[in-house]
Formats: sequence, C-alpha cells, structure tokens
Amino acid sequence: MEAFVRHAGTAAPLRRSNVDTDQIIPAEYLKRITRHGFEDGLFAQWRKDPDFVLNRDEHQGVSILIAGPDFGTGSSREHAVWALQNYGFRVVISSRFADIFRGNSGKGGLLTALVDQSAVERLWDLVEARPDTVVTVDLEHRTITAGDITVDFDVDDYVRWRLMEGLDDIGLTLQHADAITRFESERPEYKPTVV
Amino acid sequence: MGRTLAEKVWDDHVVRRADGEPDLLYIDLHLVHEVTSPQAFDGLRETGRPVRRPDLTLATEDHNIPTIDVDMPIADPISRAQVEALRKNCADFGIRLYSLGNREQGIVHVVGPQLGLTQPGMTVVCGDSHTSTHGAFGALAFGIGTSEVEHVLATQALPLKPFKTMAITVDGELPAGVTAKDIILAVIARIGTGGGQGYVLEYRGSAIRSLSMEGRMTICNMSIEAGARAGMVAPDETTFAYLEGRDHAPRGEEWKRALDYWRTLGTDPDAEFDAEVVIDASTLSPYVTWGTNPGQGLSLSSVVPDPSDAADDVERVAIERALEYMDLVPGTPLREIPIDTVFIGSCTNGRIEDLRAAAEVMKGRTVKDGMRVLVVPGSARVRLQAESEGLDAVFLDAGAEWRGAGCSMCLAMNPDKLAPGERSASTSNRNFEGRQGPGGRTHLVSPAVAAATAVAGHLASPEDLGA
Repeated sequence: MEAFVRHAGTAAPLRRSNVDTDQIIPAEYLKRITRHGFEDGLFAQWRKDPDFVLNRDEHQGVSILIAGPDFGTGSSREHAVWALQNYGFRVVISSRFADIFRGNSGKGGLLTALVDQSAVERLWDLVEARPDTVVTVDLEHRTITAGDITVDFDVDDYVRWRLMEGLDDIGLTLQHADAITRFESERPEYKPTVV
Repeated sequence: MGRTLAEKVWDDHVVRRADGEPDLLYIDLHLVHEVTSPQAFDGLRETGRPVRRPDLTLATEDHNIPTIDVDMPIADPISRAQVEALRKNCADFGIRLYSLGNREQGIVHVVGPQLGLTQPGMTVVCGDSHTSTHGAFGALAFGIGTSEVEHVLATQALPLKPFKTMAITVDGELPAGVTAKDIILAVIARIGTGGGQGYVLEYRGSAIRSLSMEGRMTICNMSIEAGARAGMVAPDETTFAYLEGRDHAPRGEEWKRALDYWRTLGTDPDAEFDAEVVIDASTLSPYVTWGTNPGQGLSLSSVVPDPSDAADDVERVAIERALEYMDLVPGTPLREIPIDTVFIGSCTNGRIEDLRAAAEVMKGRTVKDGMRVLVVPGSARVRLQAESEGLDAVFLDAGAEWRGAGCSMCLAMNPDKLAPGERSASTSNRNFEGRQGPGGRTHLVSPAVAAATAVAGHLASPEDLGA
C-alpha cells in the first residue's frame, strides 16, 4: 500500500447526510471481480443530475470529499472505497463515519478525517465560494488547512501509523502466526467445523 | 466488576493483546459469498498465501443469482462470471460451497444458523454487513470488508479495537400483531442510523426473551441499520432448543460441555454498559418506514412527517430530500400510501416463521389487482419446509409468485428489481434510494404488514383487512 503522509488538492462539498454505500456505488456495479474500474459507478444515480456537485465544471479534478454526517452507512461493500479511490479521492472529511466503511478505508489507504460538523460547514462554505481553494490534509500533524481555516481531525492512532508506513495488514498479523497456532491448539472440541 | 456478554465472547477470542495495538481476535466461522470475495482470493494468489482454515470457512451463492429458472445458466454474463469466480476460488482453495441447485444453498445468514454452525460464544464474520444476524445466538458476529475477508482467509484472525457496549432493553408484553421487525424498526427510529456507531448492541428484556430464534435473528440482523457492527441476545433455553440436533451442533458429551460454557455467557448482573436504551414493549405497534434510511420509520397509524417540524437543518434537509425521492406529501396518513410491489424474503425476514406469518394473512385472500408479490424463501431448506406445510399453495392461490432461494429484490443485483417509480412494501432491511432498483421506492415492513398490504393495495396491517 502506498504510504500516506500529507495530501493537498481541491475539494468537493457534498451537502448530504446519511450517504449510504448504496449511493456511493449501487449494487449493479459490484459484479466486477477486480479492484479497479469502479469510478463509473461512483454516485451513479446522483451523477445523472447535471447539477450534482461532481458534474460541475468548478469541481473537476477534486481529490478530497467533504460530506455530511453518517457517511458510508449500510452495506459493507469495500467497492465503495475503491470507487472513491478510482475516481481520484484520497481523503473524505465528515463529522461521522459508519464503522465498516471507515475500517475498509483504512485498509485501502483512503483517509477518513473526522471533524466537528461546524468545521464541515465552514469547509463547505469555503470551497463553494472558492472552488479552487487547495485543501491540505496533513496526517502526520492531523490537521486540515484551507484558506484561513485550520482544524484538527481525528484518526485512529494505529490506522494513522499503518497509513503513514504503508504497511500490509495481513503481513503484520502473520508475524504472530505462532500465537494463532497456540490459540488454535486450545480451542474447545465442541466448536464446529463446516466439514 | 462483571462483564457483558459481548466482553466475555471478545475476551475468549483474544489471540494477542499489546499496548497501543488492536487486539488480535480469533475467528471461529467465516462465511463467504460471491460479491465481496473475488478480490480477496486474488490477493491470496498474488501473495502466495493459502487459506489457513478451510474447515472454518463456508461459501454460498446468494446475491447475484436468479430466483426463477434456476436450472438455467445465469442470464447476466457479469453476474455469471462472478458466481463462476466463486466456484473456481472455492475449488482452488478447498472451501465448501453450496451452489445454486444444492439443497443447502441460500442466503448466507439463513444457511449458517439452520445448519447449526452458528453457536453461542462464537466469533462469526462475513463480507456482508448483515452478519450481525448471527448475534441472535449469543455469538459476536459482524460484517467485514473485502480486505478483511482476505485477512481472515489468510490468518483466521483479525486485528480489532474493542467495541463499546449498549443495552437495548425491551420490557413488557408486545401487543397482538407486533413482531420482531416492528421492534427493530422502532429501535432504529429511536436511536437513528448512527446511534449504534461504535457499539455492540445487546437486546435484553422480557419482550426479547419471548421471541423465537427467528425473531431474534430479525432484530440482530438490522443492528447495522442503527450503525452498530453487531447485535447480540444472550443464549437461553430457546437458543439451546433451536440448536439441539442440528447438523453441526455438538452431540453427546460435547453437547453437555458446550451447554455448560454457553450458560456462563450471559451478562453478569453487576456488569455495566456504556449506554442504555429502554423501550416499553406495550407501547409498540406495527412500524413502517416512510423515508430513505431505516431510521425514518413511524407507527403505521402515523402520517408522513413535515420537514418544518425537524429538530435542526441537517434533519430538515434530510426529510425534504427523502420526501422528494419517495414522492410523498407531509400529513398523508401512512395507511393511504398505495403500493404496487410486495417483497417477502431476505436475510431479515426470509425464514420459515416469516413465511408462516405472511401465509396466515394471505390464506383465503387474493392480492390486489395489478399487485406484484414476490415470496422468496431465504434458503432451499426453507423453501422445502414451506412446501411441506402447503405455504406455497397459499401464496400461489392468493396470486403471489413463489420463488427459489436468494437475496432477490433486497438489493437489485439480480433480475428481481423495482422499475423506476415503482413503490414496494418490503420485508428486507434497507430503504435507501435505488436499493431495490434505480428510481424504486421502498417501505420497510414486517411479513404480516407486507402480506396485508399485498391484499389491500396500500400500506396496511392484518386488522385492516376485516374478516
């Protein structure tokens, strides 16, 4: 996984709450068996509206999404993370993320920056008024800087470390294969197997 | 201090604990389906890693598959490719797969429990958010993403931060006609789609105790709709009676040892939850959703809400958007909303008890002219059981369609979908925009309300139908 330390780019304001993963990528797009090419399904229904924020000229080339509370609710589909990344997003900013979506993002290298709703509103107002504003997300210092706004964001310490190092999660667990084997040797025999 | 059910199950699965790191948790059962697994298997191939415990991994085909003409090749070539990828992956890595046509095939969350694979005190994961279903047995069960699917395939363990615990106590007697689905819709309406975020919910109280395993599964299933990763019910005699004798349940001395352990799992009297919600069961009534997330639900006797009554701007905008999408006018009685499609099925309400409840309402009645009604058993076994009880004849005589097992119209990934502008009463779990088909509108309901709605042509409860 590519390490993430700092990212600067323009941002799109998504003024909606409860953006569920069925909106981020509808089920009909989940049939691919690769990890790429999901950008066409990103917000597929909403993008049919020419006025949708990602369709506007002033928000082309964005890499940061600023969304309302409860972003990523619903289905566990990691395709939602891939769709955002395939489209070009590196960061999503919100005041509340659904647990599974946030976990999936951390695995895939998409940063979910948690801030107060008041900070979301200020960032929305700023990037709507000046869409070319460069927003800098600094994972090392946990800060978001845009225009004269500087806010701290919250991210899990362990996820931050892994993202900054670009580490393979499975490789980390396999370093403890002996502990897993030891645990398995002590499992009760009444635990079922599928065979 | 005592521990909660969730904390006990967690503690019993910690492989490794270290300061500043997540706990490494052992996974007892990993369920797999075709949609969220192909990239995980590819990851194993790229890194040359084997599946650590094929004997703790079970796959089934459910999301993509058709529910009619199941003996024919899958018509959609992309769906077919995904199902074929699962078949190849399971063959290559030695994983048991229940394919379309096998008598054990079905929705992954129906198959595990009916085989007796889901047992108290286990950790269960699946690349599917409705894995919370299995918590009905006192298992810690939660949905994971594809990266984590690969992680569990390779290591049979997951690094996880402990969840907080929330007690949802539903005490008192449920009024006649109020079901498990109504309880969970009321819970989600109360705490909201983010209310359970970061928590494991433990459902407690006399109203929960009085429920069958099917009812408890319905409730735990929708925990994710309140934002919680998992929902649990402490195992009791109802749980043990359901499990005893099932294919994968322990037998003889093993059964006794398992029972001894299972009886220790309930939350200790002096344990403390991080949060508590109390609901008086006697105040509940049939619940339906009016909006575009599962928290936007009300009693069937209510009216469509008015955005101007919203508590804040975020909620006001959310209500306005939902009403626009759902094409509803504030103040309209929910009972007057006309419905053209009824879906009875899914991992929420596709079990035998759900079909019995729907059949009881439909028996001797006819569905409204022009109404499309799909009755889709959650598994091939449920289908066979229903047929042995004559339920298929009840549905067919009433004018409903009787289908093969699968996820069907819950998620618009297979041929069963809503067309733009169609409006369903659905026993599934999500009323998101386009969830059942682009432009389709969904009202979440219980099986009894779905069946009554099929007959009445508008949202209705069985009492509305008269004699």
